[in-house]
Amino acid sequence: MNIHEYQGKQILKSFGVRVQEGIVAETPEQAVEAAKKLKEDYNSDWVVVKAQIHAGGRGKGGGVKLAKNLDEVKQRATDIIGMQLVTPQTGPEGKKVNKVLIAQDVYYPGESETKEFYMSVLLDRARGRNIIMYSTEGGMDIEQVAEKTPHLIFKEEIDPKVGLRPFQARKVAFNLGLDGAAFKDMTKFVAALYKAYESTDSSLFEINPVLKTSDDKILAVDAKVNLDENGLFRHPDYAAMRDVTEEDPTEVEAGESNLNYVKLDGNVGCMVNGAGLAMATMDIIKLAGGEPANFLDVGGTANAQTVKAGFNIILKDPNVKAILINIFGGIVRCDRVAQGVIDAYKEIGNIPVPIIVRLQGTNAEEAKRLIDESGLEVYSAILLKEAADLVTKVLS
Amino acid sequence: MSVLVNKGSKVIVQGFTGNEGTYHASQMIEYGTNVVGGVTPGKGGQTHLERPVFNTIEEAVEKTGANVSIIFVPPAFAADAIMEAAAAGIGVIVCITEGIPTKDMIQVKSYLSDKNSRLIGPNCPGIITADEAKIGIMPGFIFKKGSVGVVSKSGTLTYEAVYQTVKAGLGITTAIGIGGDPIIGTTTKEAVELLMNDPETEGIIVIGEIGGGMEAEAARWIKENGTKPVVGFIAGQTAPPGRRMGHAGAIVGGAEDTAAAKMKIMRECGIRVVESPAEIGKAMAEELGVSA
Repeated sequence: MNIHEYQGKQILKSFGVRVQEGIVAETPEQAVEAAKKLKEDYNSDWVVVKAQIHAGGRGKGGGVKLAKNLDEVKQRATDIIGMQLVTPQTGPEGKKVNKVLIAQDVYYPGESETKEFYMSVLLDRARGRNIIMYSTEGGMDIEQVAEKTPHLIFKEEIDPKVGLRPFQARKVAFNLGLDGAAFKDMTKFVAALYKAYESTDSSLFEINPVLKTSDDKILAVDAKVNLDENGLFRHPDYAAMRDVTEEDPTEVEAGESNLNYVKLDGNVGCMVNGAGLAMATMDIIKLAGGEPANFLDVGGTANAQTVKAGFNIILKDPNVKAILINIFGGIVRCDRVAQGVIDAYKEIGNIPVPIIVRLQGTNAEEAKRLIDESGLEVYSAILLKEAADLVTKVLS
Repeated sequence: MSVLVNKGSKVIVQGFTGNEGTYHASQMIEYGTNVVGGVTPGKGGQTHLERPVFNTIEEAVEKTGANVSIIFVPPAFAADAIMEAAAAGIGVIVCITEGIPTKDMIQVKSYLSDKNSRLIGPNCPGIITADEAKIGIMPGFIFKKGSVGVVSKSGTLTYEAVYQTVKAGLGITTAIGIGGDPIIGTTTKEAVELLMNDPETEGIIVIGEIGGGMEAEAARWIKENGTKPVVGFIAGQTAPPGRRMGHAGAIVGGAEDTAAAKMKIMRECGIRVVESPAEIGKAMAEELGVSA
């Protein structure tokens, strides 16, 4: 589950990770109040107005702006709140900004130069262990660093039996070229960051940049925090941080009906039992000359209710020109699914696009007979190949 | 011969008396699997499905000589169940449970590293050796006995591949559902290796999907050590990057774990990769010189 920067920072701070302080605002007036408070609490003359959306590259799209006085705070906040922010990660339509984070200025001048680093914590799937990945090249796109200067990216693997050891935190600080107070502060930062990652059931922390300030403090300027959805039952307070306005409304609705749905851009909708078969069905739609309009896994219980919910979700998409239902009945009996399709079809009434139903497995022949004799505009198939040919036929 | 499980396997069911455990255990028994009992903490001493219920795996192993376990406990308790089975010396642990937190699985993997247990799954349909033992939730009737081994990350897609294979005039030795989570006990490579070393298995079907590097690892192993034809399919050629497609592990994170990248590596390693999931059975039949 994705959360906003301001929420991620709240979590980090609660584990003793120093962060760039900030206050979230939903109106320009709140933004001005927040800036005043930051002046009071942290003596921050300037502030940064940061758009809060679930996508990276916000600065590139004009969603992060410096404000040097309260008039500028109001102006920047007015510009950013409500804007449709387009970044390299949002797609061309962008995302609407509902909130901004008014954050303290941490790049103030001082005795030493400021320095930016990159740090993330994530799972190394092949090793089955967490790693801390870090680089001297902060504030840049890490994929580009990996491509151009891979020797500047370091990895530290954590042994789950003993956790992050102090020598590892020291190694990180050494490799980042730090000494003195900054070195010491970095070891604390790394230890607190890893503790936060483990304790929260997170699946990704990406802090870019981690900043060494001009007075040798280490802090997180940004915070991308992804939480493991399977671990959320242990953290109801984090589960409550979900912002459904950041998600596709149809996907949210599907989730409420216990359907696993991902919206795509194509013209053939599909409804399948099982995630692997669902992906394979999308692939076969493409091979048959269409483009998949969605991923939809109805799970192990494909009955009239789930089929109806699935139809309603798929038909919300105006691009859908046909629907392919692909069910491999194991425990699920195909004749029941077929009856579900017929009942759902009759209940919804006039479905404006052709439907292809491919039922295979337990009681498949019986299911095909039910569909064929229903008198509805539903094509039935038993082999996957036949279903593919029918997709090609209805699209042409 | 076969791999991992056979007629001689003595199976214990963890989460025996729950709804899932009860339903699938009775299906397994009906298939002919030698289910010797089950474990539900607090219900030890009772009888369920005409078999004894134990409080702990340790006791179950002691009394029944069980060497295989299958886990149907909820996600919050599944990691503990796996470790309990390993501590009791169970040789093959099959975990069906979907939704185990990754943090728990990191602990499990570490715990298993010095034990003599093989974990299959989690988030998998289980293992079946045709006509001998079904330790899983798959529809047993589609698995006709034969000479093809199957390794798969997916449930229903496995059934699809098996159905096609049988339709093409072949049959199955053992099908191993390795699971769709980011951390699983037995990798694609390890499962392929088992089947490659099984004298009864003449050909292997590998079904993968987007996310992770296991298929590439298996392909490289096959290139070096393969002695039998392998047919591969990767689901998710049309999946967009960065989106999780149902399975917790099915997400394209970089250039290397897309379907196209995996298919390319597999082809370069001599695997017959099919683009359409409808061609899996036919391709295997052609590789083995069988016409349907």
